[in-house]
Amino acid sequence: MPLKLNVNHEVRTVDILPDTPLLWALRDVLDLKGTKYGCGIGTCGACTVLVDGKPVRSCMTHVGSVTGQEITTIEGLSVNAIHPVQQAWEAEDVPQCGYCQPGQILAAAALLAHTPHPTDAEIDKAMNGNLCRCGTYPRIREAIHRAADAAHAPTLKS
Amino acid sequence: MSDDYDLDRRSFLKMTALAGGAFALGLYTPSRTAAQGSAQQPAFVPVAFIHIDPSGVVTLMAKNPELGQGVKTMLPMLIAEELDVDWNDVRIEQAGLAPEVFGPQFAGGSTATPINWDPLRRVGAAYRQMLIAAAAQTWGVPDLECTTDHGKVIHPSSKRLAPYGQLAAKVAAVPPPDLRSVALKDPKNYRIIGKSHPGVDNRAIVAGKPIFAVDITLPGMLHAVIQRCPVFGGKVKTANIDEVGKLPGVRKVLIIEGTLSTDAVAPWEPGMEPGVAILADTWWQAQSARKSLKIDWDYGRGASQNTDDFTKRAAELLESPPANPIRSYGDANGTLKSAAKVLEAVYSYPFLAHGTLEPQGTAAAYNDGKLEIWTNSQMPAEGRALVAHAVGIDPGNIEVHLCRAGGGFGRRLMNDYMVEVAWLARQMGKPVKLLWSREDDIAHDAYRPGGVIGLKAGLDAQGKLVAWSQHLITFGEGKNTVQGGDIGSDQFPAGRVQNFSLGMSTTPLWLRCGALRAPGDNAYAFVHQSFLDELAVAAGHDPLDFQLEILNATPEPGEKVDPKNPNLLNPERMKGVLELVAAKSGWRNRGKSPGRGMGLGSHFCHLGYFAMIAEVSVDGQNQVTVHHVWAAGDIGSHIINPAAAESLCYGGIIEGLSHMQQEITLTNGRVDQTNYHQHPMLRMRQTPVIDVYWRQSDFPPTGLGEPAVPPILPAVGNAIFAATGKRIRTLPLKRSGFSFA
Repeated sequence: MPLKLNVNHEVRTVDILPDTPLLWALRDVLDLKGTKYGCGIGTCGACTVLVDGKPVRSCMTHVGSVTGQEITTIEGLSVNAIHPVQQAWEAEDVPQCGYCQPGQILAAAALLAHTPHPTDAEIDKAMNGNLCRCGTYPRIREAIHRAADAAHAPTLKS
Repeated sequence: MSDDYDLDRRSFLKMTALAGGAFALGLYTPSRTAAQGSAQQPAFVPVAFIHIDPSGVVTLMAKNPELGQGVKTMLPMLIAEELDVDWNDVRIEQAGLAPEVFGPQFAGGSTATPINWDPLRRVGAAYRQMLIAAAAQTWGVPDLECTTDHGKVIHPSSKRLAPYGQLAAKVAAVPPPDLRSVALKDPKNYRIIGKSHPGVDNRAIVAGKPIFAVDITLPGMLHAVIQRCPVFGGKVKTANIDEVGKLPGVRKVLIIEGTLSTDAVAPWEPGMEPGVAILADTWWQAQSARKSLKIDWDYGRGASQNTDDFTKRAAELLESPPANPIRSYGDANGTLKSAAKVLEAVYSYPFLAHGTLEPQGTAAAYNDGKLEIWTNSQMPAEGRALVAHAVGIDPGNIEVHLCRAGGGFGRRLMNDYMVEVAWLARQMGKPVKLLWSREDDIAHDAYRPGGVIGLKAGLDAQGKLVAWSQHLITFGEGKNTVQGGDIGSDQFPAGRVQNFSLGMSTTPLWLRCGALRAPGDNAYAFVHQSFLDELAVAAGHDPLDFQLEILNATPEPGEKVDPKNPNLLNPERMKGVLELVAAKSGWRNRGKSPGRGMGLGSHFCHLGYFAMIAEVSVDGQNQVTVHHVWAAGDIGSHIINPAAAESLCYGGIIEGLSHMQQEITLTNGRVDQTNYHQHPMLRMRQTPVIDVYWRQSDFPPTGLGEPAVPPILPAVGNAIFAATGKRIRTLPLKRSGFSFA
């Protein structure tokens, strides 16, 4: 039976089993490839998306459990990648391979939405679930501080 | 030091053999054959790399696979510098596989910089010369009266100028000059090299664009998973393929016989593993169908292998002298009998997986005798050759697109999954995307081989190192080791101590092994530098002074010494990075407080020098916090892209720390670990403050992927000793009773 998903401010219909992980609905049904598969057990954070503004592991989230909720993927975080976190990521030249970065960016955006000026300890806590195999953590930390310092850091809702 | 590398393939082969460690020359046989066949048409063809359109936009081709090491940005910077254009006017495109025009296209052994530094600058300079010729011809003036400035040819005496874009049509008719003949810039005039340029794919990455191989979507594409035997190389006896074929979305279930080598020791690229492939409309359907698979396996010869047995066998082998002597001079055994102090230690390190965050995966389409492959391979030319052989298609009918890889670290030197997807696409006659699950990846890697090393060393009455005896227990048969399980005869302090003996003994293994970032070095630096720290403590010398003493010693008569040869240990360069890191970290004035300590490690590999100092604290539960790491590197005359270089150092250090807490073990031939939670990489909260410093030297610049890894392991191990008095001789840390907090 088709399910209705609210993804990036659009209602999308997916005709898949409700216990399909949201990750695979996004990637293979809705062609939103920015959300990445890393481990499939919620331990790496590559598949992080926002559900009602909160970071969740889309590999562990059944698509049937998020109908009616606001799902934000990296493609929907901003138009033309101008969210302050995305801009800070570019300014700090964060990515190495780049595979984990959509998940990192969404986790950081969620952090800044409720903690506009996080301490290093708050950053560590919020980002603990997102692994980077290349070791971009020092740059990620700098980029989060930079985004926090951006003059008009908007909340996710704006 | 001349940076005038020969542009021929022989020097490339020599370079890769030297720099790649495990990359034996034989591995490059296909490339060598190709190179010989194309002797009249040398690689590094300028017009293949550079396209200038009439509006002045300059498109440069990025020739090598990009895995996060930054070559897609760095290599075109070399062209742009000598082409004399503004980086803002440059667009970068990823080249497909065409070594006949682009030269060697692979990622391994930290070789992209040393191989391409000279020829790519010459490519830019040659094209600039062609633009000058085109303008000079138009103006009727001699080439020599013209020059260039920021994307324009100028004729100063007549004050004429022509933007490159205006010359775009004419330049095509200008014959390209011999690359060896073109003049290169004086480095003091560099405007691009030496300045930080952000990764050219950064915007696409932060926007979540589908730029990775696993993001490829092709019309009518099927999604594939493969269930391989839990024991390496095990074969399918029977499987319920008809039943699984009826599951939702499943289009085909195929038994793969595989093409595995039957050699006693798995060679580099042992072939395609046997298994059962499921092809479905979506990946999740294929993956879900695996749960219904019932396979009766012939587990084969790997099924009796246990890590505990390896450990016992290594202890037995250490009781006897090495079966295979590697290097020996002086009289190590005799000196050990008469030395004032003798230290003995046994070190061990585990098998490791690569765990690239993008799992192995790639896409292929077969149509009318032709294959098209989208790959994230580190060695796509070798991949194409393997595919051609396995699928029976002429390499000329295989087009290979290079996609950005979500990490490589040596895993993607293996083209097993490229062969798998090609084989599946050929079987199905339609596009297929193969994606390994993380569990597939951890259970079927080309593992960094584990090993055990027995060491004995002697000090004289003044605390000078006078004898070193080393016995490596590795995997293989006789002198033939598994990939990445061999050891060079020149690992420090070889050749710098008066009496020396190095040998190895092998024990059988049936498992695919391979190169993990800084292969060999990532284990041997830990062992050698930790043991040197033990010796320094026993000698009552500061560990830094102890190392400087050895570096200052007269090399042994048989030791190859040439201060101009970048392939040989240059003590001045090593002393330079040691002194630099000591000065920056305050090593000489370090305090002593219980539970807190600093440790030193250094290493030379892949043409690069690094010394590192780590500061750690250890709590009452033996939980280690690495607070600060200082790193000093010497990778030659230029740091081509400084911000990216610093990133790679962060990455090397963080990877080395991850290695300290990871292991792969076998029970009855099956890998015990299944996913990241059992092979944990470092997390952000565990990441120290890292400061990177450069010592510049008069050598051609070289790469950073590998040299920035090895020293961190001994630096941290030695810091733990300084903090606690307990020596880390066994990795992972938990097997020495410690863990990262």
